[in-house]
Amino acid sequence: MNSFSETLRAWGLTAFLCVLLLAGWYIATFPAASHSPYGIPDGNAEYQALMGHGPNAASHSEGFPTPKQFLDAAWIQLREPFHDRGPNDRGIGWQLGASLLRVALGYGLAVLVAVPGGFIIGLSPLIRRALDPFIQILRPISPLAWMPIALYTIRNAEECGIFVIFICSLWPVLINTAFGVAAVRRDWLNVAKTLEVVWWRQIFLVLLPAAAPTIITGMRVGLGIAWLAIVAAEMLVGGSGIGYFVWNQWNNLSIANVLLAVLMIGITGMVLDLLFGFIQRRLTYVE
Amino acid sequence: MKRFFSSKTAESALRCDAETEPFTACSCGIMHFSSGLGRRGFLGGLAAAGISGTAHANSVVPVEKAELKVGFVPISCAAPLIMAVAKGFFQEEGLNVHLQKIAGWALVRDRLLNGELDASQLLAPMPISLSLGLGSAAQPVRAITMQNINGQAITLALKHHNRRDPRDWKGMTFAIPFEYSMHNLLLRDYLAHYGLDPDHDVTLRITSPPDMVANLRAGNIDGFLGPDPFNQRAVYEQIGFIQTLTAQIWDGHPCCAFGMTQPFIDAYPNTYSALQRAMIRAAAWMNAPENRLEAARIMAQPAYLNQPEIVIRQSLTGHYADGLGVVQDNPHRAGYSPYPYYSMAMWIESQLRRWGYLQRPTDALKLAREIYLFDDVVQQARVVGPLSGLQDPVAGGFPEFSVLGQTFPRAGGQAL
Repeated sequence: MNSFSETLRAWGLTAFLCVLLLAGWYIATFPAASHSPYGIPDGNAEYQALMGHGPNAASHSEGFPTPKQFLDAAWIQLREPFHDRGPNDRGIGWQLGASLLRVALGYGLAVLVAVPGGFIIGLSPLIRRALDPFIQILRPISPLAWMPIALYTIRNAEECGIFVIFICSLWPVLINTAFGVAAVRRDWLNVAKTLEVVWWRQIFLVLLPAAAPTIITGMRVGLGIAWLAIVAAEMLVGGSGIGYFVWNQWNNLSIANVLLAVLMIGITGMVLDLLFGFIQRRLTYVE
Repeated sequence: MKRFFSSKTAESALRCDAETEPFTACSCGIMHFSSGLGRRGFLGGLAAAGISGTAHANSVVPVEKAELKVGFVPISCAAPLIMAVAKGFFQEEGLNVHLQKIAGWALVRDRLLNGELDASQLLAPMPISLSLGLGSAAQPVRAITMQNINGQAITLALKHHNRRDPRDWKGMTFAIPFEYSMHNLLLRDYLAHYGLDPDHDVTLRITSPPDMVANLRAGNIDGFLGPDPFNQRAVYEQIGFIQTLTAQIWDGHPCCAFGMTQPFIDAYPNTYSALQRAMIRAAAWMNAPENRLEAARIMAQPAYLNQPEIVIRQSLTGHYADGLGVVQDNPHRAGYSPYPYYSMAMWIESQLRRWGYLQRPTDALKLAREIYLFDDVVQQARVVGPLSGLQDPVAGGFPEFSVLGQTFPRAGGQAL
């Protein structure tokens, strides 16, 4: 009962903050009088029309969009999220899909490399110490720093994007796997050895379940980084994806659409993280 | 799946081009549409093929490569390229061009050089800088046609409305889109003309066009020499005014070229010529004043420039609000011409040398003839036949022009 009211209060606070945010936004973007030293002259109808201010001209936003302008822009995009008018004009649904596909490929490859790699490093102190300098140097490199190198060597924008996702989601998975495997209690391995369990059964039935929570944590961090990097990478390589959408809307100085994209990126990232949170809870065990 | 379709259409395009019947051009249009152009492109292609199919049947030679990836940057300079797709000029030549919107000039360069793009819109100095290896490894890149002339402007922040004399601009910061751009060279020439040293008296910052407008609003820059429609966009957003059109600095200056690498030309000579013919017709179409309103409508679409139509219209027609409360008229604001004149290349080279980008000795005339393929454009223009919007080329390819009142010498006077 107590925890129920606690939850209720938390939700209430969230809703309150949300309203506060919207109210602040509304007030901050409340249309002010023209600030320009060359305001649009009143008598000149033609000039007004050319500036998009005439009676017949569609009004256009100046500066940051108001909540209403944002909702209008969002509605136009979300009304038909899967429209497809050629490769340079696809709906936001396609763009999110393209980004997710890139992340799935790059991140999938990273997991395929990092989990077995992490096992090897975790099991052999010699290899761990040998590889440690490489990992420590490569790990902190920003995904965008890889971009020029990738573009120059891979010579294909699509593969470049996937490579950047791969390289930046690799390290957290690798390090966590190695750590998880190395931290498995020796007793369990000793028991397995005493019972003459074959090596592959030791890996799959003892090490993997024991290290699983740590590995999943690494995978969760890696996915978060991948989702962070994809937007930046796509703004650079272009073509498709939510990052390209942001760039394309920025090219039109359409802050409302950029905001929409930012919101969609956030929501997608949250959903991905929740998914991993769920898996993580399933795999956690108490000794 | 997509790849399968592409190769199939390429094959059928070759097959039907090989036949010389007038109506095969039509069926090609249909095949190309099915592989991914818009409905409008299809209808435009059909209509265009219907009108001129007969006239062109003789000139159409089978192209070696029908499926082409072509890059463009979403600015007004790209108009001929966009129109060649939207109005079906490429399809009439048996080409199926997939336009790819590219986020900046460095990326255009990288993608053209690594072969991801078969051809691309390039800034007029880029074929020269790339062929000479300035700022990258040297690669033989050619300007196979010019796309546009004029169409740029110097935009200043509104707060400088009473500082319009460039002699007062010491200490200001200006944005330009790329080092090897007409924007950089024209701005430098303009500043130097008014007694400023562009390397020491002002700061020049490389910035993408939307960032120019945003930085102008934020006050990080004082002005920019940028491509349209972003100059007009700054006016429309009430943050800047148009100081001068580049047409007022050098009327008829080139801005963007259409380029590809020499190995592509060698491997696909008929494709190269077909692209040239389509681009000549597109430039002629764009140059006709009566087509500018339709062009603005098409270019405003999200797939192309993704800008308000009224902003593009003002940049294209030269009937525009200047940001200071006056409606201006200058029909020369934007022009379209396919001729990559040798003297343009020589001016660019002389300026690259003047500002220290090019330091080793070169033969300017030889380079111009090698990189700017003027003779081939003239030849293909002859194949295309007379077009209403197209001016006759200046024979020999060395027109004289005036930059800020100074005449640029003819070929005879090679002392550059």
